[in-house]
Amino acid sequence: MKLPIYLDYSATTPVDPRVAEKMIPYLTEFFGNPASRSHSFGWKAEEAVEHARAQVAALVNADPKEIVWTSGATESNNLAIKGAAHFYAGTKGKHIITVKTEHKAVLDTCRELEREGFEVTYLDVQENGLIDLQALQAALRPDTVLVSVMLVNNEIGVIQPIAEIGEICRSKGILFHVDAAQATGKVDIDLAALKVDLMSFSAHKTYGPKGIGALYVRRKPRVRLEAQMHGGGHERGFRSGTLATHQIVGMGEAYAIAKAEMAEENRRIGALRDRLLKGIQDLPATYVNGDLEQRVPHNLNISFAYVEGESMMMALKDLAVSSGSACTSASLEPSYVLRALGRNDELAHSSIRFTLGRFTTEEEIDYAIKQLHEKIGKLREMSPLWEMVQEGVDLNTVQWAAH
Amino acid sequence: MSYSEKVIDHYENPRNVGAFGKEEEGVGTGMVGAPACGDVMKLQIKVNKDGIIEDAKFKTYGCGSAIASSSLVTEWVKGKSVDQALAIKNADIAEELALPPVKIHCSILAEDAIKAAVADYKKKHGE
Repeated sequence: MKLPIYLDYSATTPVDPRVAEKMIPYLTEFFGNPASRSHSFGWKAEEAVEHARAQVAALVNADPKEIVWTSGATESNNLAIKGAAHFYAGTKGKHIITVKTEHKAVLDTCRELEREGFEVTYLDVQENGLIDLQALQAALRPDTVLVSVMLVNNEIGVIQPIAEIGEICRSKGILFHVDAAQATGKVDIDLAALKVDLMSFSAHKTYGPKGIGALYVRRKPRVRLEAQMHGGGHERGFRSGTLATHQIVGMGEAYAIAKAEMAEENRRIGALRDRLLKGIQDLPATYVNGDLEQRVPHNLNISFAYVEGESMMMALKDLAVSSGSACTSASLEPSYVLRALGRNDELAHSSIRFTLGRFTTEEEIDYAIKQLHEKIGKLREMSPLWEMVQEGVDLNTVQWAAH
Repeated sequence: MSYSEKVIDHYENPRNVGAFGKEEEGVGTGMVGAPACGDVMKLQIKVNKDGIIEDAKFKTYGCGSAIASSSLVTEWVKGKSVDQALAIKNADIAEELALPPVKIHCSILAEDAIKAAVADYKKKHGE
């Protein structure tokens, strides 16, 4: 077993060796520009790009013509939200609805639109991290142009009810965008059945390379967007720029592998996640953040009360995990996702996200369980909060000198 | 976050973790910070009859820098008079541990903890 153990698959995944192998010839041998129509170098690259487009479409049961290549999910989110908002602002209105627990690529894009004069409603989530459909219904307005809700949350792994949201939006003629960056290969996505108009994808969360993603743009009923990147008119004008053939080949292969293996892989990873949860359940004052049922199998987000997240990560240096602690973020604010669940700041500071993946082994999980017992115990011995709780002090009654 | 070797040393081998009885003779207790802010430090000093801090203990909830800062000050206050201890400044702590700018507040908290512990000692001992 090699240390440190990687348990941060929601941050990024390694490129599957089978994917890397498919990519390499497109860097050296088949290097042509897929937009070159006048020779075989271009034809060969174009063929590879279209094959990959079909592979991506197949994973989500879409038409390949509905897939637009981008540089990643951040760009897809920008193109979907700004593109739709700008295109339909004049005819449909300037109101957008999203959720407080969305990724920054959605939230910050919405903030930008607010600066341009759009109005945005940021929906609260329930304690389990899921949105309340009635709250969504109540937020809809005659001038609502777009609703954007992520399929799988990056921090807590909960799965939002996008089928139901899609029905609501379609019945009112409102566009529905879904950020599915964390969802591919983890939950079944059937765009023939789902009433989703725009969906963002990333390659590097699903064992493909970084720097490539895609946006699904529905053709029936047709969705129109204002391009954000102008130039040679690639991707039917939605997104100009020479296509990164090798990256695209990698994304296609990664999605093809996901389609073939996800059922079996999710069973295996889910069993490991449950093993991890079971192994640490005897630790007192630990809380799972987010719904355990409506959740992808590879995510476990836990708050270990009375120990601070960053010091926990220092103690767990053999485990590559991430934390909702303010001390690990540039903003010095604790996780806004956990705050939106109604977790207090202290529990938000004390959270650790474990995300398992294709190469996680049982041996690694057992080692992690052992480490957690040792280190959490040591840090609690050092914690004045733990000491006070042991003495029967209710921390909520203490007058803290906030700084 | 890359930490200095001194922070890592104090974090991995914290000095003087523990607690004295709050009502013990000569003990002053200072608790500063707030859980909502991500750090709480409890520093205790034990002062002998000559007014010298002969022992110190700490417990800290916080990041690696907060733990290292409090561990360091327990070492520094030992052997000092209470007034000498008050002369320890956050800048000295930050410099000794080579804290990055975003972690300066940890050294400020440690200085505040000394002040709070000394104030508690003086209050109890009628100074």
